[in-house]
Amino acid sequence: MARYKGINQLSGVDRIIVALMIIIPTILVVWLVWLPAIGSVLLSFTNWNGIGPIGDAKWMGMKNYHDVVTIYPPFWPAVRHNLIWLAVTFLVATPLGMFLAVLLDKEMRASRVYQTAFYLPVVLSLALVGFIWQLIYSRDQGLINGLTGATIDWYGDPKYNLWSALVAACWRHTGYIMLLYLAGLKGVDVSLREAARVDGASEKQTFFKIVFPVLAPINIIVLVVSVIEALRAFDLVWVINKGRNGLELIATLVTQNIVGEASRIGFGSALATFMLLISSVFIVIYLRIVMKEQR
Amino acid sequence: MPRPATFEEYLASLVPPSVRGLDRRTLLTGGVALSALTLAGCGGSDSTTTTGSTGTASGSGGSTAAATGEVTLGSNQSDAVPKAAIQGVMDAFQKANSGLTVKVNTVDHNTFQENINNYLQGSPDDVFMWFAGYRMRFFASQGLAGDISDVWTGMQGLNDALKKSSTGDDGKQYFMPSTYYPWALFYRKSLWKEKGYEIPKTLDDLKTLGAKMKTDGLAPIAFGDKDGWPAMGTFDAINMRVNGYDFHVNLMAGKEDWAGDKVKKTFDTWKGLLEIHQPDSLGRTWQEAAQSLQQKKSGMYLLGMFVAQQFEKGAEQDDLDFFTFPEIDSAIGADAIEAPIDGYMMSASPKNEAGAKALLKFTGSAEAQGLAVKSDPSVIATNSEVDTAGYTALQKKAVEFVASAKSIAQFMDRDTRPDFASTVMIPAIQEFIKNPNDIDGLTKNIQAQKVSIFGS
Repeated sequence: MARYKGINQLSGVDRIIVALMIIIPTILVVWLVWLPAIGSVLLSFTNWNGIGPIGDAKWMGMKNYHDVVTIYPPFWPAVRHNLIWLAVTFLVATPLGMFLAVLLDKEMRASRVYQTAFYLPVVLSLALVGFIWQLIYSRDQGLINGLTGATIDWYGDPKYNLWSALVAACWRHTGYIMLLYLAGLKGVDVSLREAARVDGASEKQTFFKIVFPVLAPINIIVLVVSVIEALRAFDLVWVINKGRNGLELIATLVTQNIVGEASRIGFGSALATFMLLISSVFIVIYLRIVMKEQR
Repeated sequence: MPRPATFEEYLASLVPPSVRGLDRRTLLTGGVALSALTLAGCGGSDSTTTTGSTGTASGSGGSTAAATGEVTLGSNQSDAVPKAAIQGVMDAFQKANSGLTVKVNTVDHNTFQENINNYLQGSPDDVFMWFAGYRMRFFASQGLAGDISDVWTGMQGLNDALKKSSTGDDGKQYFMPSTYYPWALFYRKSLWKEKGYEIPKTLDDLKTLGAKMKTDGLAPIAFGDKDGWPAMGTFDAINMRVNGYDFHVNLMAGKEDWAGDKVKKTFDTWKGLLEIHQPDSLGRTWQEAAQSLQQKKSGMYLLGMFVAQQFEKGAEQDDLDFFTFPEIDSAIGADAIEAPIDGYMMSASPKNEAGAKALLKFTGSAEAQGLAVKSDPSVIATNSEVDTAGYTALQKKAVEFVASAKSIAQFMDRDTRPDFASTVMIPAIQEFIKNPNDIDGLTKNIQAQKVSIFGS
């Protein structure tokens, strides 16, 4: 087979097709991702209220950003809650999902049933998850208080509601992580494990020294998924109480300011830009790891 | 919405309003914050082209009789009872005006309110339902609402105060009032009779009564602020007793200092009353709080008359009574109340202007309002010519109550900028309820945000 010598080798029709295959996705990405993102950043320097032409908006410089960090009380709690969210999905949901995956990988009896049971919540939208847990958490009619006789308002009391929401979120996230690891474990070469067993490695050693390193690509995917989930965390708390009173998250603050009657587009965009910056950090880390692997 | 009678109804009532209001549009705009910008941007671009036609009236008031065709109505009355009431009014309108048909587009109440900016800048219905107050005037001055001054000429039964609250900043009318309801302290007559409670006339009376109710095992004042807005009513009530109606108006207009002694005194007075409010209020909806009143677990409840929706029609609603928030400062008195007005507006460039105006004229009439209040006994008509003979005892009392009030405010989120009300005051009041001890820090922060929002 002749070696590919570059674009000159292609026929005219092929070149047009290749060009279209590049141009159309590029236009879509620029139009749907880059323009709104840049537009959002630009708007964050204005006081546009969403009514009338954008040209009428006043240029505010850094004022929105200054206001966000100085006089907007929900902002810092929101950042803290997002970080807690990230830590919990990463430190609780991920190990738990991994643990379940290892157990299910053992081909025990009825493992399919368990697999389905653990994965089921992932199919549900987070909004629905919030509603399901409401039946468990409700102060006066909920399952927990009904069984224990407590009168704790799990969703309403700012001391508990973040953790209550996190339990609900982890319930769903664990199944997702489990499935990712399960797929990864199925892909681990059986001969590796056999070789380890022949060499006299214990189960623990086999897992941590052999299987886990082989799973490195999965680990990166899980890391990225967890970060994205933590930053995206929105619908669950929005369903509970629109992200107020102990459940502030950056995404809900953006929505509160932009959507709805408030229409503080400029201010909300400044909040969205903060979110963009935070996610960029993780995206850059992810890309660096991926690029390094490809080389 | 009556008390749940079956288990299914109870389950349905557990779905928070935010879920019910979460339609595709909200999810799109909410979930992807960035896309909200493009949506709003699209709406913004075509709004300027439509504003030119606002001033053009379709001719004299008499020409409305000749209107034909279809009129579209954007309705936010999505609950079953008010929805049927609106349909009843529209049916009567179509009967009276052959040749005109009304197409009602009902949108969930919260969704309607949250999307109002995009709605009005997109392709709104000819007539839409809205509230009197700041937001109405704001839409008018932005050219998003149609001038209906000619509909107002010759309107019967709507007094000057109503006309004033229907008038935009430019002196023209943009709003047709329909129904309204007062805010007050509601209680169950049977419970109070049984325990021998007396209506408190002063703040001290209220505190004494609260203490007595506590020893009787009741939560003195039912309270639920999960949705963020009900507690605004408490703030307004105390603020108007401590500082008076004019201060309320100026404060809402951004002309007063939120960090000043006057506002601090309002919060401080409220702090003194928090111990006789139902605890854990931030996790409770107003419906749940109202049910505690209905079940005689709490003694009274400061809310709008829509509290009656949680009571069964008939004997149970007849057992409901109310009194105004007691006097705090004798120099200020207790004659300022809140009674938000709901009504209709015309979009800036309706497809069927003559038909829209005919409809607006009809909704302001005694006939239409009579139908509306009959189906929903938690509101009263604004038109004084509505026959009150069919009113329930509660409605009759509300009419008297509103008539005897010297000044009538709308409500915090209707009297001030919505961005200030929703992004500053809701978190601030919830923060106060959580931690009532740092009033200085709280008011200082509100003031800083107020300067930033009103100044921009």
